[in-house]
Amino acid sequence: MTRPASAQGGQTERARRGPPPPPPKQGFDWRAAALPSAIGATSIAVVFGALAWIVTSADQWPRIKAQFFSLEAMVAAFPRVLQGFWVNIQVWLTVLACILAWALVLAVVRSLRAPWCAPFRLMVVIYIDIFRGVPVLLLVLLFGFGIPALNLPGLPNSGLFWGGVAMVLSYAAYVAEIYRSGIDAVHEGQRAAAKSLGLSEWQTLRHAILPQALRNVVPALMNIVVALQKDVALLSVIGVRDAVREAQIYTASTFNYSSLIVAAGLFLLATIPMARLADYLTRRDRMRRLQMAA
Amino acid sequence: MTPRIEIDTVTKYFGTKLVLDRVSLSVARHEVLCLIGASGSGKSTLLRCVNRLIAQDYGTIRLDGVPIDDPVFGKTGLQQRAGIVFQAYNLFPHMTVLDNITLAPRRVHGLPRPEAEARGHEMLARFGMADFARAYPEQLSGGQQQRVAIARALMTRPDVLLLDEITAALDPELVGEVLAIIRGLKDEGMTMMIVTHEMGFAREVADRVAFLSEGAILEQDTPERLFGSPQEPRTQAFLRRIIASGRL
Repeated sequence: MTRPASAQGGQTERARRGPPPPPPKQGFDWRAAALPSAIGATSIAVVFGALAWIVTSADQWPRIKAQFFSLEAMVAAFPRVLQGFWVNIQVWLTVLACILAWALVLAVVRSLRAPWCAPFRLMVVIYIDIFRGVPVLLLVLLFGFGIPALNLPGLPNSGLFWGGVAMVLSYAAYVAEIYRSGIDAVHEGQRAAAKSLGLSEWQTLRHAILPQALRNVVPALMNIVVALQKDVALLSVIGVRDAVREAQIYTASTFNYSSLIVAAGLFLLATIPMARLADYLTRRDRMRRLQMAA
Repeated sequence: MTPRIEIDTVTKYFGTKLVLDRVSLSVARHEVLCLIGASGSGKSTLLRCVNRLIAQDYGTIRLDGVPIDDPVFGKTGLQQRAGIVFQAYNLFPHMTVLDNITLAPRRVHGLPRPEAEARGHEMLARFGMADFARAYPEQLSGGQQQRVAIARALMTRPDVLLLDEITAALDPELVGEVLAIIRGLKDEGMTMMIVTHEMGFAREVADRVAFLSEGAILEQDTPERLFGSPQEPRTQAFLRRIIASGRL
């Protein structure tokens, strides 16, 4: 008898007061965070400490240290390696621009559906098969040493140029496939809408499909951009004086390998921020898709 | 008088699956024809054949007596005269509302941008979307997107409007605003072929209703007679299911 009455009383009281306040925002709880942080820090210290101890306790460590990590040699080699690295950056940006443009041509040709485009589609398929199947290093060697020897009239004869061409041809095959995946990922309804408005196949690609496809593939392209930045170093095998080549030249004259570490450091300095940027773009792209799906 | 649309024994296969089976239909000027039937009965396919998004395998479709694959239409003439609106709106997500609706007039029909945009603003104002010209589709509700899609289809001043389940993807409370537009278009005398699952709407707006089953037209009549006293057993069964699910 009393129980339902009190329950009812509680209900009316709640109704009168309105909804309960939102729960207090949880601040950062030092006590709760302390233990996991401590465990994390300790395990990092133990693992890295052990690794450092294993490396430095090796018999040959002092010699390795002098040969690879000599600060003096690093300072001495730095200007030349940096100069070489500037070549890397220039080649990287030029080659990148050419790759993005050439791959777009390949991808567009490959995705044209008109019957008369069939031979061109086939050519692109063969192109992609060939240039994806041959190692970039091999292409750089073939182009960098082979074509200048032909002495073609009207064309540059430098290894740098033809090595760059080899990189463009090879990377464009990959990038074309990335573009194509982006084109295929655009919903079929977009093509139907464009076609129903009377847009030609080319107009459909240009105005409706490609802008969406390119936006879809930015994260995947960023990874290629990072990979390309490192692979420019392959041109050192045909004598292009990039960071790696300069480091090797220093090594050859001093028998000290610290210059290679300098080159490695420069590459990391350039690639790590780009990898973070790629991660950021991927995350942003994911959020955008989730929002669109919602 | 020649019918606006004349569909003459049209047959279509997807692979070996028969999706349209000798369909014959005609739609007079200013007439509104509703196509009803279960999913997969070929309604949307038929609609898409009318503006050549899909090519039929056999049979002829004529617009004002001219076969739609006749060279008279050129590359874009048919699309100019028969607009289509899709279930999923299919707006271009990377373009503003104004760019979406002026794309075809500018790029296909060569209208200068100022004129196309003037016409676009006019069209948006008519559908209560004047404030959204610079918005992107993802910023709009489903009902607003569908209104833009209708505006886009009307930008080239077509003679025929094809509506493919245009309210099927909408939240129930947004259906009304889209249907109100269609009512308005009917009052203006637009010839329409409407594929719909909104039987109440079909009954209200249609001059004639055609029931499709397994790619064939089983029955066509005025909405009163088709909904009131269907002749074919399959039509009856379909309508019973619709009534049972509370949609009529």
